[in-house]
This record gives sequence, structure tokens and C-alpha cells, in this order.
Amino acid sequence: MNTFAELIIVFIILMDLALAVTGSLSSCIKLVALQGVVAGILPLLAMHGSPHFRAVAFAAVIITLKGAVFPWLMMRARDRSGARKDVEPLISYPASILLCLGAFIASSWLGSRLPLPETNVAWIVPASLATIFTGFLLITTRTKAITQVLGYLVIENGIYIFGLALFVEQPMMVELAILLDVFVAVFVMGIAIFHISREFDHIDTAELSELSDWRRGEDGR
Amino acid sequence: MLLVLLSIIVLLASSALAFSLRGTPARAQDAGAYGAAAASLCGLLPAGRVLLTGTPETLALPWAVPLGSLSFTLDPLAAFFLTPLFVLTGLAAVYGVDYLKTYEGKKPLGLAWAAFNVLTAAMVVVFTAANAVLFMLGWELMAAAAFLLVLFEHEREQSRRAAYLYLAAGGAGALLLLAAFSLLGRSAASLDFALFSVPAGGTATAVFLLFLAGFGLKAGFIPLHVWVPEADPAAPGYVAAVMSGVMMKTGIYGLIRVLAFLSPWQEWWGWTMLLAGAASCVLGALFALAQHELRRVLAYSSIENIGIILMALGLGTVAAVNGATAMSALAFSGALLHVLNHALFKGLLFMGAGAVLSGAGTSELDALGGLAKRLPRTAPLFLLGSAAACALPPFNGFTGEFLIYLAAFGGAAAPAALAGVVAALALAASGALAAAAFTRAAGTAFLGEPRTARAAGAHEAGPLMIFSMRSLALLCLLLGLAGPLLLLPVGTAVAAAFGLAPALAAVEGAAAPLAYVSAAGLLLVSLAALAFAGRARALKGRTPAEAGTWDCGYAAPTARMQYGAASFSQPLTDFFQPILRKIGQYPVITEYFPGKASFSTEAQAVFYNSFYMPAAARLRDLAYRFSWIQHGRLQIYIMYIVVTLLLLLLWKL
Amino acid sequence: MEIIKPVVQLLAALLLAPLLPGVINRVKAFFAGRRGQPLLQLYYDLAKLIRKTPVYSRTTTWVFVAGPAIGLAALVAALLVMPFAGRPSALSFDGDFVYLICLLGLARFCTVLAALDTGAAFEGMGASREMQFAVFSEPAFFLGLAALAAVTGQRSLGGMFGVLTGDSWRVAAPVLALLTASFFITLLAENSRVPADDPNTHLELTMIHEAMVLDHSGPDLAFILYGAALKLWLFGSLIASMVLPSHSGAWPRDAAMFLLVMLGVAAAVGVTESVMARLRLTKVPYMLITAFAFSALALIFQMGR
Repeated sequence: MNTFAELIIVFIILMDLALAVTGSLSSCIKLVALQGVVAGILPLLAMHGSPHFRAVAFAAVIITLKGAVFPWLMMRARDRSGARKDVEPLISYPASILLCLGAFIASSWLGSRLPLPETNVAWIVPASLATIFTGFLLITTRTKAITQVLGYLVIENGIYIFGLALFVEQPMMVELAILLDVFVAVFVMGIAIFHISREFDHIDTAELSELSDWRRGEDGR
Repeated sequence: MLLVLLSIIVLLASSALAFSLRGTPARAQDAGAYGAAAASLCGLLPAGRVLLTGTPETLALPWAVPLGSLSFTLDPLAAFFLTPLFVLTGLAAVYGVDYLKTYEGKKPLGLAWAAFNVLTAAMVVVFTAANAVLFMLGWELMAAAAFLLVLFEHEREQSRRAAYLYLAAGGAGALLLLAAFSLLGRSAASLDFALFSVPAGGTATAVFLLFLAGFGLKAGFIPLHVWVPEADPAAPGYVAAVMSGVMMKTGIYGLIRVLAFLSPWQEWWGWTMLLAGAASCVLGALFALAQHELRRVLAYSSIENIGIILMALGLGTVAAVNGATAMSALAFSGALLHVLNHALFKGLLFMGAGAVLSGAGTSELDALGGLAKRLPRTAPLFLLGSAAACALPPFNGFTGEFLIYLAAFGGAAAPAALAGVVAALALAASGALAAAAFTRAAGTAFLGEPRTARAAGAHEAGPLMIFSMRSLALLCLLLGLAGPLLLLPVGTAVAAAFGLAPALAAVEGAAAPLAYVSAAGLLLVSLAALAFAGRARALKGRTPAEAGTWDCGYAAPTARMQYGAASFSQPLTDFFQPILRKIGQYPVITEYFPGKASFSTEAQAVFYNSFYMPAAARLRDLAYRFSWIQHGRLQIYIMYIVVTLLLLLLWKL
Repeated sequence: MEIIKPVVQLLAALLLAPLLPGVINRVKAFFAGRRGQPLLQLYYDLAKLIRKTPVYSRTTTWVFVAGPAIGLAALVAALLVMPFAGRPSALSFDGDFVYLICLLGLARFCTVLAALDTGAAFEGMGASREMQFAVFSEPAFFLGLAALAAVTGQRSLGGMFGVLTGDSWRVAAPVLALLTASFFITLLAENSRVPADDPNTHLELTMIHEAMVLDHSGPDLAFILYGAALKLWLFGSLIASMVLPSHSGAWPRDAAMFLLVMLGVAAAVGVTESVMARLRLTKVPYMLITAFAFSALALIFQMGR
């Protein structure tokens, strides 16, 4: 069972790497959904003995939310805002991969220094910190607003996995609170993106930094 | 030991003789060259003897200099460094006779030979000195002699600039060394190496850093390497061989002696050397890939190999601090073996580049081509040297690196294992980059069609030049096949230098893999012979046909359509553009039909332009602020003197 | 008795290597709905080429003739280092995986120099791209082998693959899976398979490995094609040794299982070539950096245990 959990951790890190370099919006959404589902399965494996009914039900709720509801909301926001173009990262492919790898190494070192309780799976803390870093990377190196929401979701995945290290059997309280926040945030952000795109005809945050109208008047337009 | 002293005397005498005979160049050549060759033969005997027996020899003579004494020590470490010195200088002297024939009457050959022999003598003093004053005397003499030789073509602006840069680096290094030696010998009667006391924590760190910077400026690892790519191409071919093969190694020798003085070591020293060496070897190979002149490629390759040696020293230090003595001994052995191997193959490569320069008149890669047909005896030797430089079996470049790899996988606990992984990864990366750099340099210069008329009219090198190159090539092949036999001298040298008790035993542990490597090398040679024989048998009785190269039906191919140096490395240099910062002039096409256009690209000296030049400019601006002190008025200068005297009087009261 | 097995292993490898490209071509033909070349096509090609008279370009020198011969010698020597069915071959020693990488480097060095000797633009293009890919694939390959050494605790290939069984997968599955993926990507790049390079392309400007050997003919071309088959066998045996389920101890049974898995690896290469398109040239370094990332992850995982 332990090896299986380790395999899942590796899979999560591989998805972090893929997220850091992918340039296509739909694959980004699918990757985040997949990562959320896999993270949801993780507590069932890391627990000793047979899982509680509560834990199973909770995992089912999380998988539904992250695997079905959030992607549906993001796809809807994408379709209604008409953003079909790719989301090339601002930094190059090798730089992204090296940054992610470096973050993983730094997280391993950091994880060995933090005073945390012993967990079944040794790599939970580094994986979670690396996932949080990948979320930040997504937010800072992409220009489309949708990708920044996806980065926020990835950070939430990372925090969820980190919570596993602290409360192996009872992530529920913390997680329920976070999950509610995220759900509301994604819902609201979906609406906001639709309105932004309706107002400005695009959701490119690079162009959104031009806030003043009078500067446009200088060109005569 | 007396024989070593004799060789120094022979060198100094022959240099004086060559200088006095400078009116008749041919006789000056003879005096200088015979003196160098005789001194080499004379000096190799005691070096070999000490290496095989392991017993050091000392000699002390009275000297009236304060803090100094004429004490020489020939221990196995010095003997190990003296071996490539004498081999390379002897063969370089033989090479130089033919090389300098074309300069007879145009350049002061007597002075050149005098400087060369003084350089060799100074290096012998540096390797065998057992007193800091004697060491610095040899050091400065070496720097001065090399400065004269770098100025050989002083009518070229580039050579003057290179010589000045070299002198500045040497001077700065010497200052740092003087500071470090005075810190070490504070409490001793004279600055004898044996009388140095081990300093405490903070002072030890200061001493280590001073020595690292001081010897680093001579060894030439990044970021202290800026003089190497300028000075090596400026010096004549045989001098560049000696400078790159042995003179840069005096810095490494100094660092090893320093490590011996400063035991017990601190772990971060090892990490500093490891990381500096790793950066040097990867960046050196990368810069070598981007150069457009053959000798600059070789200069950056020297920086890369010095980086490998430094990295191995750092790995050994980290391992020793963490108690992994076997790993440490293997790493140090790899470093020393690579010193020897690099001297041999780099000497061969620089001699080949000198042959190209004297034969074709230029060493710009994009002006050469097709030299394998015009220099048929030099080409195989240069290609062999390139293969050795890329650490390819069965040549000697591989054995030193193999020992370092064995050390890196020596296995132990966490910090040492991590250091091993870093070292091995840097070696692998630099090996791949070096392979690209050397196939590019050798392929562009020697293979294909000549790109200019000068290359088409190139002539072969003289017989003595070929002799030297063939000897070095033979040594490269033999040392590559005789790996296990070298373990004894290397192990002895390591044990003598670092006093690691189980060093010899650990190094013997590498004998089995090295024996396999040698056997595999012999097997490789016989398999290649078998392949040739098979091909000859398949072609029996049939003569191959001849045609032009397939050009896809293009009616008028020219030599300019070949891939040249810039185009060969373009995918890689574009990928690494943020590091290399190529500057280029690209054609702007505005018409419908092609007209004349030009394209040029050049890799900058990144460290020099981005760091040293701005720093020097800031320093100069800062100094200008004080230029008001020098205004030329005599009365104010007298006032300065009076004020100073008054202040001194007040201070003493 | 102990000398017969390595000799038989070497002969088996030398004889069976040209079968692998045949398997790959048949799998590709199957995917394309064709009948495809015969399985033994490469044998027929080699026999034909040895009998042909070569044509040499007027620009070339001895380097053009020496390149294929020395390259082939290096690859045969590499075969002697590579274990067969989990058993060490004739040249098995500590650190032999480093020697293997350097032998492959020697083969590449010779091929590139022979290509530059022709003085043509196409060969230079192929050589330049080949060295570019080598800069990325060699560190990735090396890091993978280093990680394998760390996982198995051995320093020679024979030792590593002797220890590696199905049980190792049960304990260290993530690391070994990452390493297998990394080695597979390196195989595709080093053996000029789609997605790194298309072995069937006829446009010189898109060739990489094919362009380097464009001017060779006759026995020289036979050496090169045979050497390419040997290189495919080397990388294939690496992957096959990683996924071998168990060592029964009986040599015939292990050898048979090993050969079966080798054919499976060749079929997997064929499938990959059929379902993937060739990558844009500037993206191939990215693919190799991905292989490097896999190896690095495997090593980090292993070192952190």
C-alpha cells in the first residue's frame, strides 16, 4: 500500500511539472482536475487499517467537486469569455522544469526541517510544498485570468495534501472550511471573468494593466 | 635533488647564452633548444625516481635574504608535477625550433628562447621550493617570463591587450599570495613551509580564501579566468602549450599545498571548490563551443579541464571531512591524474593549432577547412588530441575522469553522496559540451573544403614539430592503455600531499576497474583493426569510384555552403543565449531579389564585459575623485610633506 | 565453462540485433494497414551493401573511411559491457556504465567527423543537430544510470541488473517507473526514432541521423546500418533488463524471456512511432529535458529514502 501511495505522490509531482510547461488551456483544466481527484484519493491510502465511512464519503465529495464541478465551471467560464487561445508561459520550458525541480528539492530539504508528526508516506510534505509552488508559478507566469484561477486551485490541492501530513485521519474540519472558500471563490471568479471579458473583449491580464482611459485618447483613438 | 638543481642551472645558463647570441638567431635557437632539452632529460630522472620510491629529497643552502632560505624539497607531489613540466617543455623546445624558423630576422629569437628557458626554470623552482620567499621568487619570475612571451607579437593590439590583462591578473594574484603567506608565517622565524603553524578558525578561513583567489588567478577557473582566452592565443604555439599545460597547473599545485598546510579542513571549503569547479567545467565547455578562433577554443577548454581538477579537489575535501577516506583518496588521485593527462593532450592540441597557424597563416575557424589534405601528418594527431580532450576511450583523457567518477559513486553518507552527484553531473554535462566543441573545431578546421585561399594554400608543419606532436600523441595513447600502472605514482603523490593513511590502499582498489578499462581499450583497438580488415577484404579487387559530394542536384556548390563553425554551434548557442550573450549583425533584406548582405556573430567574453569592465570603470571613477591631489604645484607638495611630518610627530607624542 | 556463456551472449546479440529494426518496421506497417518489409530485411540490405563498390567524394579523406569502422568497433565494445538477461557480460567492472556512455560518445564523435569530412551542407546540418541532442541526452542518460546505481546499490551494470527483479519493483516502483520512462525517451532520441527524428524521411533538410550518413555507400554504409542496429539493441536491452520480471537462475529460460521482452520493447518503439508525430526540431531538447527531469526526480526520490 505504501508503494502505491508513493506512486500517487510521484504522479502528483509529474502533474506539477506538466502544469508548469503546458501551453494549452483545456489540458491545463484537465490536469488540475486530475490532480484534485488523485489528491482526494490519497488520504484513503495513507490511513492505517480500513477507512471510516466518513472518510470515504468525504473523499467522494472532494472527488466530485474537484473532478467534475470545478472543471465544468472553468470550462463554462472559458467558453463564455471566448478565450480559446493558448496560454504560453512567460518563461521558457527548461526554466519552468528546472524551477519546479528546484522547488521540489527545496521542499524536500524544508520538509526534513519542519517539526511535523511522522506520516505513513514520507514524501507528503515535499510534494505538497512543490504543488503550492507550482500554483504560484502558474499565477505569476501566465497572462490569462482563467489560468490564474487554475493556479489558485492548484495551491488548494497543495494545501490539502499538506493537511494530510498534519491530520492524517481528520483533515475534515480544515478541509471543509477551505473547500467552501474555494467553491465560492471559483463560482464568483467564473462570473467575474465573464463580466471582464464582456467589458474588455478579452481576459488578457497583460493588457488589463492599462487602466486609464485618457492615455488611449493621446493616440487619437 | 641535485639533478633538479642542475637542470635549473642548465636552463638559466642556456637562457643567458641564447640572449647573448641574439645577434645570430640560428645559434640562439640552438642554444636555447638544446639547453631546454638537456634540462628536461636531466630533470626527469630524479622525478621518476622519487615517484617510484616514494622517499622525498631535500636540499638546503644558505641565503642571505631575510625570512628566506634556499630550501628545496622534491617530494612525490612535486615529482608528479615535474614530470609533465619536463616532458612538455622538452618537446615544446624541439617544436619551437621549427616553429620559430619563419620568424628568423623578424623577431628577437634570442630573447624568446631566453624567456622560455627562464619560464621553465622558474616553474621548477615553484614546484620544488620549500620556502615562501623562494616560492614567490619563482612565481614572479614565471609571470614575468610568460609576459615577455605573450608579447611576442607585440605589434598587434590584441597581443598587447592580452599581455596587459595577464600582467594585471598575475599581479593581483601575487599580492593575495603574499598576504596569505604572511598570515601563515606570522609566528615563524622564517617562511619555511615546514615552519608554518596551523591557524585557528577565522584566520584559517581568511588564509584559505586568499590562497584560493591568488592561486585561482593563475589556475584560471571561473570567475578568475578572464586572462586565459586572451593570453593563450597571443603567445606562440609552443609557449601556449606550456602555459596551458603546466603554468596553469602551478595554481593547482599551490592549492594542494595549501590544503596540506591548513588541515583540518572545513566542509564549506570543499563545497566552494566543488561548485567553482563545476561552474568552470560546464561554462568553460559552453564558451569553447561559441568561439570562432581555434586557439580560443583550446583556451576555454583548458578552463574547463582546470574546473574538472578543482571540482575533484573539492569532492575529495568534502569526502575527507565527512570521513569517507576511500572516496577522498580516489577523488584526489583523479585530480592529479587529470593534471598529467591534460598537460599532454592540451600540449598536443596547442602544438597542432600552432602548426595550423604557421601553415595557413590564420587560425580563424571560418577561414580554414580542408587542412587534412594539406597538413596530412598534423591532422590525425590533432584529431587524436581532440578525442583525448573529449575523454573518449582508449585515450588518456578518460582515465582521470574515470577515477573522479569512481570517487563520485564511492557511496558514503549524505553530504558526500550529494557532492558526488553534483560532480558527476557536471562532468557528464561538460563532456557532452566539450565533444560538441571539439568536433566543431576539428571538423571546421581540418575537414571539408577550404573556405579561403589561405587555407587552400596551407603547407605542412616542419619535421621537428611533427616529431613533438607524434611523441605527445603516443604518450596519450600509452597512458590511456596503461591506467593501472599509473596508480602507484599517483597514489604515492596523494599520500605524500595529504597524508591520508589509507590513501594507497583505497587507490589500489581502483586498480581492477582501470585494468578492465585498459583491456577494453586494447580490445577497442583490435576491433577497429578487425573492422578495417573486414572492409579491405570486402573490397578486394574492386576500386572505389570517385564523384563529387551529393549536393541534392545543385549545379554550383561552393565551399562557403558548408556548415562552418558558427552554424554548427548555432542550435546550442541559441539555446544558451542568456548565458553566452552573443552579439550579432544580421542582414536586413528589403529588396525582392537578393543583393549583397553580411552576417556576423560573436560570442562576448561575458565575465569580462559584464563584471570586470564595469567594476574597473567604477574603481577608476572612484580614483578620479581623488585626482585633485595631483595637481603638479611644487609648493603644495612641500606642504604635503610638512603636514605628514607634523601628523607623525603628533601621533607619537 | 564460464567463458562460453559470455561468448554465446555476444554472438546472440551480434546476430539478433538487425532483427529489431525489422520488428519496428513491421509494427509500423501494421498500424498503417500495409504488409510491410520482411522481418529480415536489414540482413538482406547488409549482405547487399557489403558486396557493393563504394563511391567516395573527392572532398573526403581517410576520416570518411575510418569513421564507420571505429564507430562500429566502439559499439561492439559497448555490447561487451552491456549485461544480457541480467547476467554480466565479458567486460563487467565498477563504473562500467560510465565507460558505456563514453563508448557511445566515441561512436558519435566518429560519425560526426566522417559527416563533416564531406564538406556538404546536409551532413553538417545533421552533425550539428546530432551534437545538439547529445548535449541534452547524455546528462539525462547518465543521471538515469546514476539513479539506478543508487537504487540497486551497485556500481556496475552487471551488478545492477543482477539485483533488479520484480521484487525491486514492488519496493521502489515509482523510481523504477520514472527511470524506465526516462530511458525510453533517451532510446527514441539516441536511435533517431519519431518523435526525435524520422528514420524514413527523404527530405535532406529534415534529416538528422540520415543526413550524417548520406554520402556513405557500400561496406561503410553496411557498418553504419549495423552499428545503428547494435545501438538499438543496447538501449533496448537496457529497458528489457529493467522490466524483466524475475531471474529463474536457469540461463536458457532467462535468455528466452529476455529475448521475448526485447522484441516487446521493439514493438513498443514501433507503436510509439506510429501514434506520435515528429516533434518540431526546437522542441526535441524539451523532450530530452523531460527525460532529464524524470531521471532527476528518480534520483531525488532515491536519495531521500
